[in-house]
Amino acid sequence: MSDELQGIVVSHAQLAEAMVAAVGEITGQRDALVPVSNEGCSRALLTGRLSEAIGARPAVVFVDLPGGSCLQAALAYLRSHRDVAVVAGVNLAMLVDFVYHRDLTPTGAAQRAGEVGGRAVRVVE
Amino acid sequence: MTLSLVRVDDRLIHGQVVVGWGHALGAKHLVLVDDEVSTNEWERDIHRVGVPPDMTIEFLSVEHAARRVPEWQVSASRTIVVLGEITAAVRLCELAPQVKRLNLGGVHQAPGRRQRLPYVFMTDTEAGALAALAARGVDITAQDVPTARAVPLKELA
Repeated sequence: MSDELQGIVVSHAQLAEAMVAAVGEITGQRDALVPVSNEGCSRALLTGRLSEAIGARPAVVFVDLPGGSCLQAALAYLRSHRDVAVVAGVNLAMLVDFVYHRDLTPTGAAQRAGEVGGRAVRVVE
Repeated sequence: MTLSLVRVDDRLIHGQVVVGWGHALGAKHLVLVDDEVSTNEWERDIHRVGVPPDMTIEFLSVEHAARRVPEWQVSASRTIVVLGEITAAVRLCELAPQVKRLNLGGVHQAPGRRQRLPYVFMTDTEAGALAALAARGVDITAQDVPTARAVPLKELA
């Protein structure tokens, strides 16, 4: 089994699925990211879905909002697992960059994602 | 009355509560009522993360919350009370008979539960406890977001 870093995108409704599909369209890389939806989930169920998606590989968990059930599930998982880092406030720019930098540690990749994603938010006048 | 909403939602503090109901009701104070969370600093921390700067939150046990209900009812700040379990909500209503309305906002799948709505699953025991509460005068409806229809408990059989 590969130890290459994987990204798990956790979101409300179908946002994660759409973002992962968009990254595949842009980069052609379709095995780097796994979408997880919180639809119909308590936190316990969502943590279970997240655990199943991560498996035994190191991962960065990208969460849609900086609060709420998706982040809570990610933090609950993070509390008891190493080789996982969490980024809240996912955007497409950070995911596109992530798929090309999966040789980093989870923490390193998460920090890079935060920087890339932050720089991508611009007001254009 | 400024106790704006008493809600059962096993996701506790999340978008529907803070954004959906918080904006619709103009609520500025959240109370998470859960015996376990109220004594667990780590759990309290991860729920604080989701609270916007213009809202406050406190964490209470069911018994402590019941004693505070009269205070929230006359407070100038509108309050949303969130509980994670139906059993806790029933206990709160029994200890604080001033609570006359209960919102089922998210009770998800668990062993023994049957789906009643896309976001409401209950065991027959839980449904029975709510029916008994309703018989004592508590208005119980299911409604995930403010723009949805409030579904009466009798439709969740």
